[in-house]
Amino acid sequence: MVRTLLVRGLWAGLLAGLIAGGFAFAFGEPHVDSAIALEEAAAPPAHEPAGSSAHGSDEPAAQASGEAAPHDHGHDHGEEAVVSRPVQKAGLFLATGLYGLAVGGVFALVFAGLRGRVGPRSDGRLALATAGAAFTAVVLVPFVKYPANPPAVGDPATINDRTLLYVVIVLVGLAATAIAVATARRASSADPWVRWVAAAGGFLVPVIAAWMLLPGVDEVPGGFPATLLWEFRIASLGTQVVFWAAFGVLFGWASDRVSARHAATTRPATAPPTSPTTSSTPPSPASSS
Amino acid sequence: MSGLTTPSAAIPFPRLRLWLPAVPVLLLVAYLVLMDNGAVSQTGAFLHELMHDGRHLLGVPCH
Ligand SMILES: [Zn+2]
Repeated sequence: MVRTLLVRGLWAGLLAGLIAGGFAFAFGEPHVDSAIALEEAAAPPAHEPAGSSAHGSDEPAAQASGEAAPHDHGHDHGEEAVVSRPVQKAGLFLATGLYGLAVGGVFALVFAGLRGRVGPRSDGRLALATAGAAFTAVVLVPFVKYPANPPAVGDPATINDRTLLYVVIVLVGLAATAIAVATARRASSADPWVRWVAAAGGFLVPVIAAWMLLPGVDEVPGGFPATLLWEFRIASLGTQVVFWAAFGVLFGWASDRVSARHAATTRPATAPPTSPTTSSTPPSPASSS
Repeated sequence: MSGLTTPSAAIPFPRLRLWLPAVPVLLLVAYLVLMDNGAVSQTGAFLHELMHDGRHLLGVPCH
């Protein structure tokens, strides 16, 4: 059962990641291109001419002049030197696909733990509710404090600090969601309104505290077009909305089918509770795709 | 459709625990996609640059 859910989660995540990649390619890439164009226009004459796609011949020269090492840390605008723009655009699908795979797998295991314990009793509804909660925790909560930025926005020297802060706010979002769920469970005997207010408080208090206490990051260079920044951020948020919506529906559908089949095979077990219902352990390999 | 109303039973924790080792592996994949700058992948800037557009559009801090 767990393995089947995990496999479905990986597939649903990969698929949702590729769908989100398609959205990002269509609605986000134009803004990435605009930002990189601005970045290159603003940069002082670099060690390599912009747009040198034949990096095979350039790279040894760069290494010979001792300029390869600094690239390991916050690179400047020289990404074309290592990976050309067309390859980066293909890499977008690789990135969102692998991201979906990883997120989908973790989600499936969390889902397996929640199932029958917390939240809606049916798999499809639980999947949608959990996907919505995950979107709130790992996308909305971070986005309010540290919104997505296009290339050319951000100081390479602070990348480690910004990454750490980002991880912290994601963890705060996840912890606050867990607190809200636990609060709602504890108040399950109370009036529904009391329960909802308690859950909302359990979520909002840590989140708002983190928003207020964590240091802000303001590294948008003066003169960067506000419209481009806004449109990029909306495209980035849209990519995540598409991912979580697609994933919630795909995984909900898949897990519903798993549970329907599982229920069909274990139905006779209702009479004797002693019967070992091990049919959930070894799902046939062929049926797991 | 019938699944939307089928109540589901809890999966015992010992059975769930068997699958916990998958979590660090999956998180490592997420880390390599979203945050590595060459320290773990040992590919220098290559992996970072390959995932570059995905990082920006997934909202993760990048240069
Ligand atoms: Zn970068």
